[in-house]
Amino acid sequence: MKLPVWFHRFGSPPYVYGLANAIAPWLGAFGLVLLGVGGYWGLVVAPTDFQQGEVYRIIYIHPQTAYIGMMAYSLMAVSAGIGFIWRIKIAHAVAVSAAPIGASFTFCALVTGAIWGRPTWGTYWEWGDPRLMFELLLFFLFLGYLALRAAFDDRDKADRVSAVLAVVGVVNVPIIHYSVLWWNTLHQGPTVSRLDGPSMETSMLIPFLMMVAAFTAIFYWVLLRRLQGEIVAREPGARWLREFARESDS
Amino acid sequence: MSEFFSMDGDGSYVWAAYGITLAVLIWNIWSARARLRRNLRDALSDRAEDESPRRPKVTQL
Repeated sequence: MKLPVWFHRFGSPPYVYGLANAIAPWLGAFGLVLLGVGGYWGLVVAPTDFQQGEVYRIIYIHPQTAYIGMMAYSLMAVSAGIGFIWRIKIAHAVAVSAAPIGASFTFCALVTGAIWGRPTWGTYWEWGDPRLMFELLLFFLFLGYLALRAAFDDRDKADRVSAVLAVVGVVNVPIIHYSVLWWNTLHQGPTVSRLDGPSMETSMLIPFLMMVAAFTAIFYWVLLRRLQGEIVAREPGARWLREFARESDS
Repeated sequence: MSEFFSMDGDGSYVWAAYGITLAVLIWNIWSARARLRRNLRDALSDRAEDESPRRPKVTQL
């Protein structure tokens, strides 16, 4: 299969580095402003839930962190797959950059979920609950990917071997999503991504979606900064990098 | 104001969840920035010139 020509520019380290450097600050500013507005709206302005009371306000952060973890894994698997098939180094660099971010957000989803579980389900954690187990597996897949990479001194070999794990593990992502529909679980079903539309009041839906956008923007901001760091690590002493540094200094 | 922070008795759950999430966000932003700075410093040092990938790799026997 042949890749389109415009795609090849994304295989060039200087092009991607410059592009990331230009986009990242805007994503950061956008994400932080939305986080502030959405956070204030969710914590202060949004009404109290008639069933759960005030503790429901965790809904403005918990599903978002879980979604970022799953999106990070999907992105990691697709990039690693592209890197594996077409031997594009930048694609591997994207995969490596997504892994620690995804791991941290998945950890955050597990912890905020446990905190939310105590007052609503009466327990922090339930072993054997499908949604919880597959989310925990996602966390271990991220850790396994990073540990596997760390086992190789040779970066190219680490790229290729870890890509296989990333691609195989991606089946877990749809399983997490559908686990609440396929099995009996303590976890509630989808509230927003439903065929019949979101079952949430507009006054709650607006801050919910603002927080989704905020977390997404912050994720890509951090991803681009990590990608820049990864490109630099893969191209030590490159002339384009010195020129770039000189230009941005002056 | 204290009524807001107590969250009708659920304050400890809500604030713990928001606190951890904020900590994760700060760690992400800080670590990405720190890594980029460290790698740039290493890559732009004079020593890095010798490690340029253009040079053929010498494998030790």
